[in-house]
Amino acid sequence: MGSRRKWIQLAVLAALIIVLPFFFPSSYYYRVGALIFVNALAVVGMVILIGYAGQISLGHAGFAGIGAYACALAPEYLGLHPGLALILGAVTSGVLALLIGRPILRLKGYYLGVATLGFGILVSMVLTNERALTGGPDGMSVADPGLRGMLRDLGWRLSVGELWYGVSAIALLIGAWVALNLFDSPTGRAMRALHGSEVAASTVGVDVARQKLRAFVISALYASVSGSLLALQNGFITPDVAGFMHSIEMVTMAVLGGVGSVLGGTLGAAILTTLPQVLTIFAEYEQLVLGAVMILVMIFLPQGLLPSIARRFRGRDE
Amino acid sequence: MNLLEVKGLGISFGGLKAVDDVSFAVKPGEIVSVIGPNGAGKTTLFNMISGIYLPSRGSVTLKGQDVTGTAPHKLAEMGLSRTFQNLQVFQEMTVLENVLAGYHLRVRGSILADLLSLPSMRRRAATAREGAQALLTRVRLDKAAGQEAGSLSYGALKRLEIARALALNPSILLLDEPAAGCNAVETEEIDHLIAELAASGIAILLVEHDMKLVMRISNHIVVLDHGEKIAEGDPVTVSRNPQVIAAYLGADHAEATHADS
Repeated sequence: MGSRRKWIQLAVLAALIIVLPFFFPSSYYYRVGALIFVNALAVVGMVILIGYAGQISLGHAGFAGIGAYACALAPEYLGLHPGLALILGAVTSGVLALLIGRPILRLKGYYLGVATLGFGILVSMVLTNERALTGGPDGMSVADPGLRGMLRDLGWRLSVGELWYGVSAIALLIGAWVALNLFDSPTGRAMRALHGSEVAASTVGVDVARQKLRAFVISALYASVSGSLLALQNGFITPDVAGFMHSIEMVTMAVLGGVGSVLGGTLGAAILTTLPQVLTIFAEYEQLVLGAVMILVMIFLPQGLLPSIARRFRGRDE
Repeated sequence: MNLLEVKGLGISFGGLKAVDDVSFAVKPGEIVSVIGPNGAGKTTLFNMISGIYLPSRGSVTLKGQDVTGTAPHKLAEMGLSRTFQNLQVFQEMTVLENVLAGYHLRVRGSILADLLSLPSMRRRAATAREGAQALLTRVRLDKAAGQEAGSLSYGALKRLEIARALALNPSILLLDEPAAGCNAVETEEIDHLIAELAASGIAILLVEHDMKLVMRISNHIVVLDHGEKIAEGDPVTVSRNPQVIAAYLGADHAEATHADS
């Protein structure tokens, strides 16, 4: 039962990824698509943290920043291949999440929100102020991992846009697969149980602190890889990747799309990534319209776009 | 040997003694009921025994081991399981998943297996699923397995909590008002279920307002009033105790049975 739903969701996602390029008016849209997938990857991590385990973080861009700057710094200073730098970034993020998660996750609700917010600000301040290393607010360039050359040798000629569209899409599909596996596994169920009732979860043997920490670390890994891919595909990175706005974006995308659902989170990422570009026709009122759309969705579809729509369809069938 | 032993247990909230100096013991396969008027400290006592509250005084011994102040999930590993008076169901999960959550200790494995959906995880999950289905049949919720738990009736949720607690394969089960909000037929079903569980060797510690149920199935009754134990013994002895009649069966008797019928 659960397994069939998982494969349907993955098939829908894969189909969209393959079909969408046929409707691209120009090659520029490969870049937009790649950005959507990279954002969606981080959002899938938020779905695990917020939607499964019921914990909040307003600082996950900090982990994206670590992932991004690992790909910028490690090749330059350690001579590491950018691909390995991505893994180094993920390990660093994971260890850091483990260390700060332990004390922070004892907090609940908005206290947890503020504590994680502090972490995010800390990372972005370090990245901004360590000018000698990071170039400060001006950012720094990221070495090309040479994927295009490798593929060309194999006989695949891809444009830069096409390449990163494909790489990000594969990363997202793997991320979604892992998240969907988790959902219907003993660990995922323990996370969702503590979301429902911490007391009841603990009385059925769930080590609540441990499961919260796991969700926190896993979501940090998602954010870190997302940040790394962003750095690699842009070839340039600024401390904004770790900034407060990026953290808020991650949470907003997850909540808007439907925080309990992997596909919903992806939809949220797609909408909030493209909407600002669509809304440029409103010129200076762009932010105003964006804000209004978000308020209206939350008022009329409080469970987020996808779950609310799915529920409505199911209601009509009966 | 006693499975559970409570000695001089007490807790204070801001100087107020909510429970004071309560002692009793439960043997395997025995049904022990804790009764007393509302606010007597029954649920507080349960919360101390199950590790949710840290007692201010006294000790709890489980299978000969001092477990005072031990975390609930550790107690669950030792075979202590419970239900709640104010339902604590995982609302957003299906009925089946609620019971599957009760299998957590028996099916947990490596996180990597869970993330990658390795065959070892799928094998564990299949075992749990089978067991959970059987438990749902036992509490007559098998037809609702795929429904969201939040959509069940109150009486059904009570049974779901019992099924979830049984999924741990406990040696002692704490039931906090399992028959509250149930009609006569449902109460009788729960009555049978409890007797069956006790017969299979599980020790039952019961808080219940339905006096007929308590008197019928209990081997031993502990009476609390204002947080203190005022009497204990078999149902006949307790129901004849003048202190008990004054505190509980007297003025409040009609009210207590009314409220829960």
